[in-house]
Amino acid sequence: MARIGFERLAHGYGTGGYALKPMDMVWEDAGAYALLGPSGCGKTTLLNIVSGLLRPSEGRVVFDGAEVTDLPPERRNVAQVFQFPVVYDTMTVRENLAFPLRNRGVPAKAANARVEHVAALLGLTAMLDRRARNLGADDKQKISLGRGLVRDDVAVILFDEPLTVIDPHLKWELRSRLKELHRQVPVTMIYVTHDQTEALTFADRVVVMSEGEVVQVGTPEALFDRPAHTFVGHFIGSPGMNLLPCAVAGREAVLEGGARIALPRAYPALAGKVELGIRPEFATLAREGLPVSLRRVEDLGRRRIARVELAGRPFAATLPEGMPVPAEPCLALDLARLHVYADGRLAEGEA
Amino acid sequence: MAKPRDDRAWLLVLPVLALVAFSALIPVMTVVNYSVQDTFGNNQFFWNGTAWFKELLDPSTDLGGRFFDALWRTLLFSGLCLLIEIPLGIAVALCLPRKGWGVAASLVTLALPLLIPWNVVGTIWQVFARGDIGLLGAAVNGLGIDYNYARDPLAAWITVVAMDVWHWTSLVVLLCYAGLRAIPDAYYQAAKVDGAGAWAVFRAIQLPKMQRVLTIAVLLRFMDSFMIYTEPFVVTGGGPGNATTFLSIDLVKIALGQFDLGKAAAMSIVYNLIILTVCWVFYATTTRGQSEASR
Repeated sequence: MARIGFERLAHGYGTGGYALKPMDMVWEDAGAYALLGPSGCGKTTLLNIVSGLLRPSEGRVVFDGAEVTDLPPERRNVAQVFQFPVVYDTMTVRENLAFPLRNRGVPAKAANARVEHVAALLGLTAMLDRRARNLGADDKQKISLGRGLVRDDVAVILFDEPLTVIDPHLKWELRSRLKELHRQVPVTMIYVTHDQTEALTFADRVVVMSEGEVVQVGTPEALFDRPAHTFVGHFIGSPGMNLLPCAVAGREAVLEGGARIALPRAYPALAGKVELGIRPEFATLAREGLPVSLRRVEDLGRRRIARVELAGRPFAATLPEGMPVPAEPCLALDLARLHVYADGRLAEGEA
Repeated sequence: MAKPRDDRAWLLVLPVLALVAFSALIPVMTVVNYSVQDTFGNNQFFWNGTAWFKELLDPSTDLGGRFFDALWRTLLFSGLCLLIEIPLGIAVALCLPRKGWGVAASLVTLALPLLIPWNVVGTIWQVFARGDIGLLGAAVNGLGIDYNYARDPLAAWITVVAMDVWHWTSLVVLLCYAGLRAIPDAYYQAAKVDGAGAWAVFRAIQLPKMQRVLTIAVLLRFMDSFMIYTEPFVVTGGGPGNATTFLSIDLVKIALGQFDLGKAAAMSIVYNLIILTVCWVFYATTTRGQSEASR
């Protein structure tokens, strides 16, 4: 169990520039965190810094108030589940699960009790005496996870895109089992993924990263309702947030074409590139409002997305259920859900 | 749809048949032919049945005794070579760098002995180990240790085994290194996280992952050392006495020295069958576990 802190942490791989830009952050004990971002955003770098496989080039890593920056993985009490399942081929499932305990000199009897307990948690009891290498990828990932859980002093379990090689129909099962497990075993879990569904369903708090920078930390709801950065707005949600360049003065935004939109908050004078952001869920196609030209309608099964053009820019809006496509389509915006971004960052307005 | 059938396609097999006949079938049958006959020269042959085989496999006869002595010597030689080269090869492979300029440098250096022809290796060691002018021999004698491979059987054995280790350990190293390089980094990282020490990593990851290449390494080294001829022939000529007369050397002595074609042919066949049997048994036992696992 551990509370994990980063103090002025940064990492460069020595090629100039940061793979991970300087940051300060605290992750609470027993939380379920997801590191979300596209490939190359630095999330695996951050994970390897937590596990100790990588030493950060700057700053400190702190577990429960004690600095661990220079400690190797085996002295940090971390467990890690990798992208490709790692099992020890020649051993049985039982021996695999007992391996971390044996390496730490835990007596055989106590070790066996722990192994049985963890196997029951993961649903591996029936296959304890089978050879690990004959199992499917999903069972192998459970074994990797089990090797982490088997140590009762484990501070944090790290998952590095653990579902990459799992069949789609098993992904869902494994994901919900993970979530359930986190409720039973209160241990800090950190889950790295580029799949927003995995991140949003697993985590209490999602850490969104882009180009080596943490752009937002928040609950799945917060990321959806109040993206702190245009990247978050665009990366989370499908389709992502609409962003329209505009000029903002007080309580009014003026789009490129001259269309005016009333804002829920008053904004001071903003410098840099100013954009208006709204999610497709809060922009519906209607008979009145901002006139737009319709390009096509996508039927996503559960809902329909209208791809339209507003002020010369592509825009995604919701086509309400049962509504025929209007002959002269207009946009109705849920004004409370409008956000203003200056140079990519959320601008605070006054009510 | 029925597949068109044309038996003329069998004609396409003819070139292969001809090639195999010339390179393998006819030579083997010639040997089989000799093994059941006797000759007193003049290219006149007499039917001899299985007499040569009976004599060969009976240690109380002259031929049989000689055969079994050479067989035990050869087995001992192969055993020693495997016992030294396999662990040494694994150890060296584990010490090689995993990246950087050192990789190419060590691999090229290691490959050098493999490129040297057998008789040249023999000549190198014949000179290298000489007590009067050889660097190794003279140095050892200089230390006050009496070392003379032409006179002392133990010295002769040490010399031929050392020569084989020098020549062929690299092969084991290269095979093991290839096996080690195929292990994904995640395994090492997982082992680190699991708190495994170097020995646990070796037992749990490296050795199992090297199993296939080690099977090949053991097979190759067994076959090669069991058939060794040129190097000990150049260095010791099978001596002192018969101390390093291995099966292949004895076979050549009988076939070409004494021109006993029948005895030599029978011996070749038995020799060949031993190699086949050992390799088959070894391969079958080591791969049985693997095929079960991949099921």
